[in-house]
Amino acid sequence: MNSNSVKKTHEPLFHIAKRNGMVWWKAWLIRGISVIISLLVCAVIIVSLTHQNPLEVYGAMIKGSFGTSRKFWAMLQNLAILLCISLAVTPAFKMKFWNLGAEGQVLFGGLCSMVLMFMVGDRIPNILLILAMLVASILGGIIWGLLPALFKAKWGTNESLFTLMMNYIAIQLVSFAIMVWVPSGSSVMGLVNSNTRAGWLPDLFGQKYLINILIVAVLTVVMFVYLRYSKHGYELSVVGESENTARYIGIDVKKVIIRTMILSGAICGLSGFLLVAGTNHTISKELAGGNGFTAIMVSWLAKFNPVMMVLTSLIVVFLQRGAGEIATKFNLNTSLADILTGIIIFFIIGCEFFINYKIMRTNSGKEGK
Amino acid sequence: MSTPAIELKNITKTFGSITANKNVCLTVNSGEILSLLGENGSGKTTLMNMISGIYFPDAGQIFIDGKEAVIRSPKDAFDYKIGMIHQHFKLVDIFTAAENVVLGLKEDGKYNIKEVEKKVAEISSRYGFEISPSKKIYEMSVSEKQTVEIIKVLYRGANILILDEPTAVLTPQETQKLFAVLRKMKEDGKAIVIITHKLHEVLDISDRVSVLRKGEYIGTLNTAETNEAELTEMMVGKKISLDINRSEPENCVDRLKVESLNCIDSDGVKVLSDISFTARGGEILGVAGIAGSGQKELLEAIAGLQKYDSGSIIYSDPKSGKDVNLKNKSPYQIKELGVRLSFVPEDRLGMGLVGNMDITDNMMLRSYRKGRGAFLKRNAPRELAKTIVKDLEVVTPSINTPIRRLSGGNVQKVLVGREISLSPSVLMTAYAVRGLDINSSYLIYNLLNSQKEKGVAVIFVGEDLDVLIDLCDKIMVLSSGAVTGIVDAKTTTKEELGRLMTKNSKGGADSEQ
Amino acid sequence: MLFTIAQFIKAAIIQGIPLLFGSTGEIITEKSGNLNLGIPGIMYVGGISGIIGGYLYEHGNENPVPILCILISLACSLFGSALMSLIYAFLTQTLKANQNVTGLALTTFGIGLGNFFGGSLLKFFNESGSISLINTGLAYKKTLPFAAKLGLFGDTFLSFGFLAYLAVIIAIIASLFLNRTRTGLNLRAIGENPATADAAGINITRYKYISTLVGGMIAGLGGLYFVMDYTAGAWTNNGFGDRGWLAIAIVIFALWKPKSAIWSSFIFGGLYIICVYIPGLSSAAKEIIKMLPYLVTILVLIFISAKKKKEHQPPASLGLSYFREDR
Repeated sequence: MNSNSVKKTHEPLFHIAKRNGMVWWKAWLIRGISVIISLLVCAVIIVSLTHQNPLEVYGAMIKGSFGTSRKFWAMLQNLAILLCISLAVTPAFKMKFWNLGAEGQVLFGGLCSMVLMFMVGDRIPNILLILAMLVASILGGIIWGLLPALFKAKWGTNESLFTLMMNYIAIQLVSFAIMVWVPSGSSVMGLVNSNTRAGWLPDLFGQKYLINILIVAVLTVVMFVYLRYSKHGYELSVVGESENTARYIGIDVKKVIIRTMILSGAICGLSGFLLVAGTNHTISKELAGGNGFTAIMVSWLAKFNPVMMVLTSLIVVFLQRGAGEIATKFNLNTSLADILTGIIIFFIIGCEFFINYKIMRTNSGKEGK
Repeated sequence: MSTPAIELKNITKTFGSITANKNVCLTVNSGEILSLLGENGSGKTTLMNMISGIYFPDAGQIFIDGKEAVIRSPKDAFDYKIGMIHQHFKLVDIFTAAENVVLGLKEDGKYNIKEVEKKVAEISSRYGFEISPSKKIYEMSVSEKQTVEIIKVLYRGANILILDEPTAVLTPQETQKLFAVLRKMKEDGKAIVIITHKLHEVLDISDRVSVLRKGEYIGTLNTAETNEAELTEMMVGKKISLDINRSEPENCVDRLKVESLNCIDSDGVKVLSDISFTARGGEILGVAGIAGSGQKELLEAIAGLQKYDSGSIIYSDPKSGKDVNLKNKSPYQIKELGVRLSFVPEDRLGMGLVGNMDITDNMMLRSYRKGRGAFLKRNAPRELAKTIVKDLEVVTPSINTPIRRLSGGNVQKVLVGREISLSPSVLMTAYAVRGLDINSSYLIYNLLNSQKEKGVAVIFVGEDLDVLIDLCDKIMVLSSGAVTGIVDAKTTTKEELGRLMTKNSKGGADSEQ
Repeated sequence: MLFTIAQFIKAAIIQGIPLLFGSTGEIITEKSGNLNLGIPGIMYVGGISGIIGGYLYEHGNENPVPILCILISLACSLFGSALMSLIYAFLTQTLKANQNVTGLALTTFGIGLGNFFGGSLLKFFNESGSISLINTGLAYKKTLPFAAKLGLFGDTFLSFGFLAYLAVIIAIIASLFLNRTRTGLNLRAIGENPATADAAGINITRYKYISTLVGGMIAGLGGLYFVMDYTAGAWTNNGFGDRGWLAIAIVIFALWKPKSAIWSSFIFGGLYIICVYIPGLSSAAKEIIKMLPYLVTILVLIFISAKKKKEHQPPASLGLSYFREDR
């Protein structure tokens, strides 16, 4: 604290400032470039691991996703589920409600379906059973999503940590149910009702997953319309942008939070139903398989636009399946897919900086804000 | 005379097109208290921020103890032993007083909070502060928080203290205590600058007073040789005629009656005390007052955004002629009651509009509930957006541009345009022309005048006294959350308004002076 | 009976150690206002980097020296976790990316890295089977020489490898650091009110980077403890499970205090395995008991938000990025 020791302050060469907005095509160009760079980085990694021509590797990846009709349908199925969960988390995020509990909401929704499928089985007509399962799943998802929302609205309880913990409660409930249902203690539940196919969604035009895919396709359009053209969608955008403005125009913020989380939970529950009734016909802790978290990134990357989400979830699914294909082909672990997904997401979230901020040379002498 | 502690020579600072300070010269001596007097926006705080390292002047020189100083950051200011106590405290809530005091300091030796607390206690007893060093900030009253801020700069060895409107948040008793402390510091040889607009305080505490007006230095007087009238005139200046067409109010009817409104904010500070007035249709009621005198709370209370403790707000419906009580109704309920209330809030992008939405969607904020069904109807808002862009000459690439990309004046046109489009019977505006250029400002004045002619009760909260006098029919003056007078705009003078604005209603001590 | 209780306490501590590393690391990170949800991924990487380091040394050597086994794997582990944290810090601080999304992506990435190298490491060296670092594992498991002589007490409280004690020591140091040092005070101020800290002349970016890096490295040690001590040098894919998320839960449970994290971790460790020690539980009931840590965390979360006691809240700016010009 010596008054003589006034140091000359060091001025950085650059400083950053918020951009006032960017033309849409420039923004998408930056995103596109970042995806390309990330794919190059991925290529370097794959090549260093497999010592193969990168083009061949990407060729193998494309084959892995689109190669055969079976693979193509399986990819569409994965896409449908990831997209469905992404649609579910989107309204909440648009409202700036950090729902990290999609995993649990899907799982609990799935569990509700499975309870009916397993317990009621073929004692009631199949169509009735399926409808009951659908309702049960949606209700289950709602409960799981609504609980954190209620506390958020009432006391401002941190929703991201709350929903995160709800995931594990759902996981333990599923483990519990499996332990009860599978007496051998093997902790793996086989196909349920494999003889009667009670509670299984029927094949459509000979395609097992077509119903799932159609439901999600319709849902995508509905969600797009809901967010963009409905009064509810408008309200939740306003709440997400500015709670003060919402209050100013007379929106009941708490009501919107609760309503939106009911919707978010319901669609998660639906995803659980699609997984249990339309895909796996069994249940395990891994039912959602991390898609609850991946969905958050898919939704974020698409800027909460349901139509864009088709694209972003396609990228993720393609990577996962493609990387899985390479891993099998070169006898590597399938987790390669997660690594590649991670890298691409890092690049895409990182590039948002260049869209939102600009870097400027500091002019010495000119200061202030 | 010895070398002054601070000497400013020809300081100029501009923000974009606005000149905040122009060729300002000022001296402050050790062992004296200097008042820096001026209206809102006269550049007092900007000037002081340049001494404390928040801003850097565009031109001019600063001398500290006779030597030219370059102050680029608050840290540089500390090194020159300059400390500023800002109006908005910079304290960490869950820390104790002592922890806040040492925050960010690079002292030699081991960190020992007990030692710090001892030193804080020493400073406190030396100047007569009453504070417990281990008390947490969130448990403190506003005046205690201010004390912590003062101790913070003293602990850093400041010889020059700048206080930005320190009494704005204090009760008269607390103000007297603060003044006692300041006098002790003065005896200690410190140079003190106190930014204020309360004249009686200027006369009470300072040795000399310097006056700024619209960014320019007006003059310095010895406090002992001046009086309120002279200072007021220096502060507000001669009236400038603005040429706003003011029509005679016609067919005035009582529209909004506010009676004995009292409001205490979440910090426990009384922000509105016993406010009563009537806004009449066909008239513009101006609201004058120093910033933070309760204008925001008053408007928000009427709009249903601010809970109040007692009092009533009665709206008289022009169609049915019936009275509607708005007491503690939410904005939605107010709307449902058929009250046609429009409100242009001070925080345009934070409350009135959504920055990331385009003009059409911002139009919809007020009207999206219209019509049956779950879906939005964008046609009418789009038409409205087009009309407003055309009629009010909003400069925008298109109506699909997010409004945060528009300039301040254009944002305000969008907001005012929307609120007027609701064909209100009460229109409230807060600082409607702040940051706007001359042309946009006149456009807004004309809009308000035409609303008045349509029989709307307009409440215009403003800061420029010339505008208030030329535009409004009546002017209500607020000071510290209370009404200090409602005057006829045609007969009042800036001096009268200035006096009412600076009248501290709380203590009443001013009226004797 | 006493023996069973002693066994249980020991098991609880063993289970608690990785959680303690993870929660201490996350507390230090969160105190700077960074909610690093990448911690589970970082812990995986901390584990696998240690394994890789240990493997490279052990398999190039006829007679591995225990101390080198430890030093090499430890250094690799710290390096791996630091790199991971650097990704997080760079994205969230320099590029101002959303913390939640970055954290989740980091966890996906980290778990992927762990499982990928865990599953493929041997193949790169044309070996088969699963990874098992006998020498390194033994080196880590080495206990205090006199522990065995102290009977039940020694066995219950003193029979751990050095990392276990390190976990407790680090937590205590972290607590002293946060509460008793100037730097700790500055760090806490950043998490609470970055604008105030900035005005006080504290270099926000530097603090956030360092605390995220140090926090990540500490958390990574939890992964290292798990693979080296708990499983004695063996890697199983997904073996570490959800302990990373549990560590984040403990941060809430311990109300952001590293000292409380010590006993909280042991309690959570105990809850994690208590089902094994309660006699007569069906395997289904065990699953319900395993729910307890999460349930308790939710209750704590609700409780602190309802009570609104200032000291018990998360750092006020947690999860928000700070940009000076936003003021």
